[in-house]
Amino acid sequence: MGKGMEHRAGSVMVVGGGIAGIQTALDLTELGYYVYLLEKAPVVGGVMAQLDKTFPTNDCSL
Amino acid sequence: MITNADLLALDGKPGDFTVKVRKRPRYIDADKCTACGLCTQYCPKHLEDAYNEGLALTRPIHIDYAQAVPATYYIDPSACMSVQHDTCQICVPVCQSHAIDFGQQPEEVDIKVGAMVLSPGFGRIDDATLEKYSYGLHPDVVTAVEFERMTTASGPFLGEVKCFSDGRHPKRIAFIQCVGSRDLGCNNGYCSSVCCMYAIKEAMVAKEHDPEVDITVYYMDIRTQGKEFDKARERAEAMGVKFVRAKVAGVTPWEKQLRLTYSTLDGKHEFKPYDMVVLSVGLEAPKDAKGIADITGIELNHYDFAQTDTFNPLKTSVEGVVVAGAFQGPKDIPESVTQASATAGIVAGMLEEQRGMGIVHKSYPDEKPMDEEIRIGVFVCHCGINIASVVDVPKVEASVEGMEGVVYHTDSLYSCSADAVKTLKDRIVEHNLNRVVIAACSPRTHEPLFQETLRDAGLNRCLIEMVNIRDQCSWVHAGEPEEATKKSEDLLRMAVAKARGMRPLPEQTVPVTPKALIIGAGIAGMTVALTLAEQGFDSVLVEKGDKLGGSLGLLNHTLDADQTALHLKKLVADVEANKHIDVLTNAELKEFSGFVGNFSSVLAEKDGTEHTVDHGVVVLATGGHEHRPEGYLLEQHDKVITQTELEQQLAGGGKAPESIVMIQCAGSRGDDLNYCSKVCCNHAVKNALKIKDLNPASQVIVLYRDMRTYGYAEDAYREARLKGVIFIPYELEQKPQIAAQGESLTVKFFDALLQEDIEMQPEMVALSVGIVPDGTEDLSKLLKAPLTDDRFFLEAHVKLRPVELPVSGVYVCGLAHAPKPVDETIAQAQAAAAKAAIPLVKGQVGIDPIVSVVEQEKCIGCGICASLCPFGAIEIIKQDKKRKAQTIAASCKACGICSSHCPTFAISMGGFTNEQIMDQITAFGNVTADEPVEA
Repeated sequence: MGKGMEHRAGSVMVVGGGIAGIQTALDLTELGYYVYLLEKAPVVGGVMAQLDKTFPTNDCSL
Repeated sequence: MITNADLLALDGKPGDFTVKVRKRPRYIDADKCTACGLCTQYCPKHLEDAYNEGLALTRPIHIDYAQAVPATYYIDPSACMSVQHDTCQICVPVCQSHAIDFGQQPEEVDIKVGAMVLSPGFGRIDDATLEKYSYGLHPDVVTAVEFERMTTASGPFLGEVKCFSDGRHPKRIAFIQCVGSRDLGCNNGYCSSVCCMYAIKEAMVAKEHDPEVDITVYYMDIRTQGKEFDKARERAEAMGVKFVRAKVAGVTPWEKQLRLTYSTLDGKHEFKPYDMVVLSVGLEAPKDAKGIADITGIELNHYDFAQTDTFNPLKTSVEGVVVAGAFQGPKDIPESVTQASATAGIVAGMLEEQRGMGIVHKSYPDEKPMDEEIRIGVFVCHCGINIASVVDVPKVEASVEGMEGVVYHTDSLYSCSADAVKTLKDRIVEHNLNRVVIAACSPRTHEPLFQETLRDAGLNRCLIEMVNIRDQCSWVHAGEPEEATKKSEDLLRMAVAKARGMRPLPEQTVPVTPKALIIGAGIAGMTVALTLAEQGFDSVLVEKGDKLGGSLGLLNHTLDADQTALHLKKLVADVEANKHIDVLTNAELKEFSGFVGNFSSVLAEKDGTEHTVDHGVVVLATGGHEHRPEGYLLEQHDKVITQTELEQQLAGGGKAPESIVMIQCAGSRGDDLNYCSKVCCNHAVKNALKIKDLNPASQVIVLYRDMRTYGYAEDAYREARLKGVIFIPYELEQKPQIAAQGESLTVKFFDALLQEDIEMQPEMVALSVGIVPDGTEDLSKLLKAPLTDDRFFLEAHVKLRPVELPVSGVYVCGLAHAPKPVDETIAQAQAAAAKAAIPLVKGQVGIDPIVSVVEQEKCIGCGICASLCPFGAIEIIKQDKKRKAQTIAASCKACGICSSHCPTFAISMGGFTNEQIMDQITAFGNVTADEPVEA
C-alpha cells in the first residue's frame, strides 16, 4: 500500500462533492485557497446530478 | 479533486490539520481515459445502475452519465470479474488509449490542511419504513427519486412514465408526502423541508408529459415556505394537480392496481385505486454520520445530523471544522449553495494569514504581433470513434484544402489528449499560424483548454473557433453518415469564413477598491461586516435608524431557547470595536454610480451631512418589518396584537393569557400579501410553548392554513400539541372573523374536524402577520437591481447564485432577499460576505474579452440598448453635447441583446462582429462547384 504526504499552506479539505461541497470548493478557490475536494463516489455531483428539473422554475438540473 | 476516496482520520489543530485519506483504485488511468465508451460496450457483465436508481442496467466498467466529472470511466470492483475472480479483462485490449490498469492498489495519503468543511449530504430512508406502502412488494410503488429518473429525458425511459408491472402508462398517480419524515416510527421526527417542493415539481413534469394523467398529492401540510414557492403550488393546481389533506394509512395491491387508504380531516376513512404510487421520501442523516463524527470528533444532534447553534449555524463543535448542506439539517439546493458559500467565507476568515499561499499562478509568453497575412490552421478530431464512426474525418479534413487563408490542416485521434495539445502548440509555432479552427466537440467543455494552448503558443485566446462536429453531426445524425459528413464540411467551411475575421481582443482588468458598502445594520449587515473584517477587508456599514440591531432587537429568544438579546449585544459591541468597520447611523444611500470594483456612493445623514464613499462591492441587508393587516382589528383593539408584541409581553414578565386564539397567515398568502413569510408558524409555536410554560392551564388555539414548522421546528410543533395547544386548519375562503364588543373579543371560525362553525371569546388574539421588506423600491431604482413582484430583491439565479444580484458586484442577504429565520439570515449573510470578498481578494476584475463595443460615429444616442441591457452595462454619456451609448466592459456579460437591437448597427460583439456572422452565413451556401447544392 502506497503512502504519500501532501503539504501545502493555505489549503482546505472539503469532504463530500455534492452541490454544497462543489460550491464551497469553487468559492474557496476564488478566495485564494487550495482545495482538496474529497468524494466517496467515482464522480462528483451528488444527488443533484440525478435530478431532472429543479423547483420552482423547473430549470434543468445537470 | 480526489474521487473514489475515503476519509480515514483527522489530527492536529485549526490551521494545521493532517487528514488521512484512502484513495480506492478505479482501475483506469484518468490521464489516459478519453471517455470514449468502448470498454462498456465490450464488458460482458451486467450490473444494476445505481445512478438510475436500479431502473436500468449498466456494466461494471462504466461512467454514470455523459457529463460526469471527472469524465473518466471506472470499474465497480464488486461486480468486475477481473477484480473478483481474476478472469475476463476483455476491456484491457479494447481500450485504444491503454488506460485500464488492474495493477492499481489502494493508496493512503496524509494531507495537511488548515480547515475542513463537511458536506457529505444526506442518507436515504430505509426500505423497511417504505414497506407499509407496499414498496418492494408491488412494482408500481416507487420512490420520488426513482420517479425523477423516470421523467428525465436522458434517463433510462427517455422521459416516459411507465408502470413497472406491465409497462402501461399510469392514468392515476398518487403522491404520498412525509414518508420517513415527521414520523417517530422511524425516529425521523423532523420535517425534511424539500419533499413538498419536489413532489409538486414531479407532479407538474408528469402533467407536462401527459396532461390527461390524474394526480393527487396526499399531504398533512404543504410546506412551500421558500421564496416564490407558493406560486409553484398554485401553478400545479392550475394544471390540475389535486391536493388532499389526509393521512395515508397504507397502500395495498388491488388486482392490477394499488389501493390507497386514507383518513381525511373530518375523520372519514376512504380508499381509492391508483395505477402508480410515488413516495415522497425524506432526507436522513448520512449513513456514515457516526463514522464522520468519530473521525472528526464533531457532535451530532439527536437525529444524527451535525450539531450547530442558531447564531453559528455552520460551526461544528470542533474548531476549524465547519459544515454545509444537508448534513447540517435537511434542506434544498439554494439553502445548500448559500451555506456552501458561507462556509467558504468562514474558512477564509479562519485562514486569513494563509490566503494565497497554496495557489499556483500560471504565466504565459507575450502575445505575438499579428501579421497582415491570414494564416489559419484547421484541426479535425476523430474523438476516438465518437466522431469518426459516423463522420468521414479525412474527407472533412481534406475539404478545407485550398480555402482562402488555410495554410495548414491535420487530424488527430483525440485533440484534447495531452500529447495532441502539445502538437497543437508546436504546429502553431512551426507554421506561424495566427488563427485556429478546431472541429471536434463542444466549446462548452473544451474551448478553455484550447484557448489556454493558444496562449501558451503566444496567440491571443480569441483567435480560436470551434466546430462541434460531435454533438451536432455524429451524435444527432448517427444513422446518416454521409449527411453527417456533409454537414461537418458545411460547418467547418463556415467556421473558416468566420475565422478570417477574427481579431485579437485585449485582456482587460480594472482595479478594485478594497472596501465594501453594507446597507442595513441588522443581524445580516453586521454579520457581513464581521465576516469581511475577519478576512481583512474594510467596510462602511450604513444604517437608516439610530442604532444597530434591526429586527433581531424585537425578539427575546429563538425556538432553540437561545437568548437573542445577549447575542445581539455582543455582536453590536464586536462591530463597534472592529477597526475594519466604519459605522454610520441615521444615514441613507443617496447617490450611486460606477461598476463592480469601482463604485462611488453618496451617503446622506439625517442632518444633511453627506459622505462620499468609494467601494468595490455593495451588500444589501436592508431588512424588513411586520406587516399590519387590515380586517383583524389590529389597530382598533388592544387585545389584538402581533406575535412579536406577544413575545415582548411574555418576556417582559407579562401574565400569560387564560385563553388566546392565534391566527396564522393574517394578511399573508393571498390575503393582502401574496407570499408566505416562513417564520410565523415557528413564531406562533414558540409563543404557544412559552404561554404553556407560564400557565399550563391556558387555552391556546392556533388557526392555521398549513403549519410550516419545517426542519427541526417540527419537534416544537409536536411538543406544543402534546402540551395541549390546539391546532385547527382553515381555508382562505373561510377566514376566521374577529368582532369586538367593548372589551370582549369574539372569534368565529369553521372547524373542519367537527364540520361546524365555532364561536369563541378568548382573552386575547395574536396575529401572525408576515414580513414586508424595507425600502427596496428606492434602492432598486438607484442600483438598477430588479425586484420580485413582492418587492424583495431578485437574485441572479435562484438555485446557483442565491446571494448575487444580476448587477455585478451587488449582493443581497437577510429579509431584503426574502423572509427567513435568524439562523438562515446569518448563513446567508456569511455567504454574501464570501461572494463579496471574491473581487476584493483578487484586487482586480478581469473583463472577458468578448464584450459589446459601441461605434461612436454610428451611435445616434437613442438609448434602446441601455434600456434593454439586463445587467446595467450600458451607460449614456454626453460627447460634444451629443448623447452616445458606452459599454461598461466590467459589467457586460456579452449576451448580445444591445447589438441585435441597435437600429444603426453601431454595436458589435467582440469575436461575433456583424461582418463575421455575415461571412459565416454566406459561406454556408458557398459550396465548391463540383458539389451540387441540395435544397
